[in-house]
Amino acid sequence: MLLSEIVSVLFHGAAYGTILYVISVGLSVTMGLMGFANLAHGVFAMAGGYTLTTLMGWYGVPFPLALLAAFVGTAVIGLILERLLYSRLYDAGELVQVLLCIGLIFIAVALARIGFGAQAQRVALPGYLQGQVSILGRDFIAYRVFIIIFSALLITALWIVIERTRWGAIVRAAVDNGRMAQSIGINTAMVFTLTFMLGSGLAGLGGALGVDLLSVQPTYPFEYLIYFLIVVALGGLGTVRGPFFAALLIGIGDTACKYWVPEFGSFFVFLAVTVILGLRPKGLFGTRA
Amino acid sequence: MHPHISTFYLASVRVRAAELLPWIVALAAFFLFPDFLSLGARILIYILLVLSLDLVIGYAGIVTLGHAAFFGIGAYTAGILSAHFGIKDPLLQLAAAGTVACLVGFGTGLYVLRTSGLTLIMLTLAISALCLEVANKATSWTGGADGLSGVTIAPILGYFRFDLWGKTAYLYSLAVLFVVWWLVRTLLNSPFGASLAGIRDNRTRMEGIGALVNRRLVQVYSISAGIAGLAGALLTQTNQFVGLNALGFELSGEILVMLVLGGVGRLYGAFIGTAAYLIAQDQLAKKFPEDWYLGVGILLVGVTMFARGGLLGALDSLTARLRRALKL
Amino acid sequence: MHKHPALIGLMFTAVWLATSAPASAQTVKLGVVTTLTGSNSLLGEHMDKAIRLYMEMHKSDLPPGVNVQVITRDDGGPSPDKSKQLAQELIVREKIDILTGIVWSPNGAAIAPLATEAKIPTVLMQAGASANVTMSPYFVRFSFGTWSAPYYMGAYAAKHYKKVYIAVSDYAPGADSEAAFEKAFKEGNSDGTIVGRVRMPLATADFVPFLQRARDANPEAIFVFVPAGKLGASIMKAFGDLGLDKAGIKLIGTGDITADEELPTMGNTPLGVITVSHYSGNGDRPANKAFYAAWKKAYGENSIPSFTAVHAWDAMGGIYHAIREQKGKLDPDRTIELLRNYKTDDSPRGPIAIDPRTRDIRQNEYLREVKSVDGKLVNVELEVVGKMVVDPWVEANTK
Repeated sequence: MLLSEIVSVLFHGAAYGTILYVISVGLSVTMGLMGFANLAHGVFAMAGGYTLTTLMGWYGVPFPLALLAAFVGTAVIGLILERLLYSRLYDAGELVQVLLCIGLIFIAVALARIGFGAQAQRVALPGYLQGQVSILGRDFIAYRVFIIIFSALLITALWIVIERTRWGAIVRAAVDNGRMAQSIGINTAMVFTLTFMLGSGLAGLGGALGVDLLSVQPTYPFEYLIYFLIVVALGGLGTVRGPFFAALLIGIGDTACKYWVPEFGSFFVFLAVTVILGLRPKGLFGTRA
Repeated sequence: MHPHISTFYLASVRVRAAELLPWIVALAAFFLFPDFLSLGARILIYILLVLSLDLVIGYAGIVTLGHAAFFGIGAYTAGILSAHFGIKDPLLQLAAAGTVACLVGFGTGLYVLRTSGLTLIMLTLAISALCLEVANKATSWTGGADGLSGVTIAPILGYFRFDLWGKTAYLYSLAVLFVVWWLVRTLLNSPFGASLAGIRDNRTRMEGIGALVNRRLVQVYSISAGIAGLAGALLTQTNQFVGLNALGFELSGEILVMLVLGGVGRLYGAFIGTAAYLIAQDQLAKKFPEDWYLGVGILLVGVTMFARGGLLGALDSLTARLRRALKL
Repeated sequence: MHKHPALIGLMFTAVWLATSAPASAQTVKLGVVTTLTGSNSLLGEHMDKAIRLYMEMHKSDLPPGVNVQVITRDDGGPSPDKSKQLAQELIVREKIDILTGIVWSPNGAAIAPLATEAKIPTVLMQAGASANVTMSPYFVRFSFGTWSAPYYMGAYAAKHYKKVYIAVSDYAPGADSEAAFEKAFKEGNSDGTIVGRVRMPLATADFVPFLQRARDANPEAIFVFVPAGKLGASIMKAFGDLGLDKAGIKLIGTGDITADEELPTMGNTPLGVITVSHYSGNGDRPANKAFYAAWKKAYGENSIPSFTAVHAWDAMGGIYHAIREQKGKLDPDRTIELLRNYKTDDSPRGPIAIDPRTRDIRQNEYLREVKSVDGKLVNVELEVVGKMVVDPWVEANTK
């Protein structure tokens, strides 16, 4: 009985955690790379969510295509905003950056409301992702199994890109020492733009994947921001693996608390942050604060 | 301290004419806009809160997203004293709220100020979220999400009752703000203020010359928390009610926006930024009750693009330009 | 959810006219403090729409020469200090005759002393915390009290289930709902047991772990209270994902988990869910059909009015009654007197009346089941489980 409870906590926690990771990893990388705390990161996740629900709900686009569109669409939005606004503030100090992000959040919230109304958007998943699947004699929620498998593949691909490709090496070099990278001829501005695009795209993809967990509505960027930030801070800056374990920790820990000690449920995440960051200011896996 | 340094600080303590401007404006507003005193009192209270934030962010370089915690603690202290203990004297409540918030600031400051950057932001945020959750759960003390009602406030000094028009609330808030402003100004012009500026600008060097950096930071953080607590008590007293929003994450973000909008580390940025933000919001919300977010958002983005030093920074560069133009 | 440009234009014109028309002696000023931005702006939006729709359709009900001017203010959510400021300005600057709107209970509580001191009749269109209506003698409530629906749900559950699990949102209204449900459940059936209970944080994105836990306790039914909106839809989602209906566990609750306007986004999961509420869009009454038709005509076929829209609609009925009776010259005490004795059989929710003693609404609580009608999910009223009742907490605690 206890084993079965543990399996179900791990399963649901992993689904929640991997969604958090896919959304937050871009935030972690931009923060490590450009030192820019992009508090408006949730805007991209929301944009991905709206792309998916609009394409599927209004135009009948199939699910896989809608996911792809969410990724590409938000990456393009990321490109435009990075060139137009963010890139001008890389050296402006964190307070001005925060102001820009909050301004962007306000604008996004207002536009989402005007365009889609105040209600949360939902979408009917394709039949093959509905209901339960049986694995080793146990029922699991089909869509969550999909989330976990899809995210695992995505994360593996991401790590291979970062660790094994030339571009990944360039990014890592720029994260470690931007000036040095620039002095050996790396076009850091280009690296920033591409990374920002990829990070935004991933956020959009995560937002689209997570429509069932994090409801898509105009105040999305405010409401979930804190969780994305927690993943990044706990994971530590300058790494793509740190946030992964942090996200799993938050997902599974939060689920376990809800399940076994629900009265403690709303405290868990914040208590964990307070204790962990107090003991390890650089985060669990970070190399710098 | 070298003698010439103390003379330098003494000299700058003298109040310049421009520094009287906010107070003249505030008093004039009392007579000119008797119908807006309620908004006026809110603005004054938030100025006090933003001033306390400027003290930590602008003068000590501590970036926090959890300052509403102290505001809320002050607000609930005043409210709980009145609703549960029958202590209804406003000045007594004010003192208690400031003290409690200051103590909490001291306790948490010891813990969080060992860190900086994102970690510090997250720690302050997490602690304020914990405070919010405690207030939400302790319904028998705080009323939880329904808010704490049954708060009644005795007349100030036994004489000035809080009236429907908000006259008392306005003048009372103004008086508290004035006293705190004077104290903060004096503090910043003392060697203590100088050491803060040193820490903000070059921490390593301050450590190098033997300054007790961490102790200074904890001190200023506690003072700032205490001031935020005073502002919270004012909120409770002028509303005779406390709600959970006084502790909210959104409030912490909003006051940061007000401060950056006005200008960080300039003492008067808090005055300008808060007034500008709240008045803009009030006017936009009345004209476009559904879509005012858009206007405020565009305003903020515009400031980051065209007026990085906030409104006061923009004013500086404007006067500098004017001077140059006049010389030519 | 496209809005019609023409309609927006019309609304702006209406606002412009309303705010710029010179106030004649016969203008009744109505101040509305509501929530048009933030995460729960839907309720405020519906309030606003219902007020304007009512005024548009009842122009001829006003005495000759009398017109009503509406001044709307956005409080942005549960923010007592801001709503108090707005109310104060409406009272001292705009010189309103009646204050109304008020989505949030804490906002209502902050306004109460003002209403009392300024003698401003205040008509609550939401503000459901049971105690809210008791806070000022100038408050009249046209919505509901939090205790009511869970109480009558509990009474029904006592007759049909022996083992019940309680899951509520972890905030004051959730605690009230839990207490009300349990009280009636225990009163109705001394053998009944609460096999488990949980309070779920408001910031819950994923309800699966809570419901999984509930399922393990093996109840016959799970009673749920969460605020209407996205949480209702999320918990329904989790219920379906876990297949609890197939496991023979019944989902019961207040109308918030099957809110009319959220049902279309929930798939087929809600089929068979039993709830108690004072209003269903599907309610088979002429007044309701007329209201529904008017709403759809004004705001589009896809717009579904929430219960808040009906509260606002009925409140406007009460306000117009007070205006008619006084021929447009409003005296605060006379207005309250008229409102506290107001009754009509023609509300979209059936007969309603204001209880003169408590100034709270007296209305039917309906037992409803989600069914598919013409291919759409709706809340079908099965029976009246509380006939013309006042919120039980208010009934017991008003001196």
